[in-house]
Amino acid sequence: MPNLIAKSALFGRAPLTLGGTTLAEAQLGPITSVAVFPGKLAKVKKALGGFPAPNTVAGKLIWTGPEQVFVLGDAPNLAGLAAVTDQSGGWAALRLSGPHAADALMRLYPLDLRAAHFPKDTCARAPLGHMQSILIAEEAGFLILIFRSMARTAWHEIETALQALTARAAAI
Amino acid sequence: MRLTCPLCGPRDRREFYYSGTEDYLNRPPEGASIEAWDDMLHLRTNPAGVTKDLWYHETGCGSWLLVTRNTVTHAVLATELVAARKGGAA
Repeated sequence: MPNLIAKSALFGRAPLTLGGTTLAEAQLGPITSVAVFPGKLAKVKKALGGFPAPNTVAGKLIWTGPEQVFVLGDAPNLAGLAAVTDQSGGWAALRLSGPHAADALMRLYPLDLRAAHFPKDTCARAPLGHMQSILIAEEAGFLILIFRSMARTAWHEIETALQALTARAAAI
Repeated sequence: MRLTCPLCGPRDRREFYYSGTEDYLNRPPEGASIEAWDDMLHLRTNPAGVTKDLWYHETGCGSWLLVTRNTVTHAVLATELVAARKGGAA
């Protein structure tokens, strides 16, 4: 087997900084979806060392739906307890941080993303424009998971929002 | 318009897919008459007032919701998870 080079969705794209706000691709490594079988939540919780509350992140665990989480990294053996699928190649990850981060994303998401309403370790499955996405509030900005095929569209949408906000700030 | 998802909180209407009447939750028992099935599948009331519908939190958490709303005032009166109802979870 030849040693193939794994390419991320935005392979080679340099980070973009506008108005002190930086958009960059993030490399998350393996992403594993865990969807709990009916009645097995307690056992899965024990195996994973916890289970995040709805719309929150707990360490490497991201809540993605009722009794469903994404694990960043490999999940333990959950045979008979949950449907475990490797999602690593299906997602692109973007990080956005800086003074315009929340304002830019609030142009695209129908959510209040100010820190008081969407604090660190909050997550939401919500639409970025018309695209399904998972939005996560981190220490210094946001992590956006988007379907890999939509990575460049998402980048373009966020870049356009940043351009508008930067232009407005410069005009005042 | 906003709907309050019991899991996600108040969310914009564009996150939801409208399915239809709550009648779809009430399947006739096995061996029911053809009239009962016809009623469940096709006969709809069209109330001016309170109605109950099924909505899907499509670009959100993926839950089915039972939404009580008023077709005259457009007020959304209540939302509940279909999965939380008796016999609702698969």
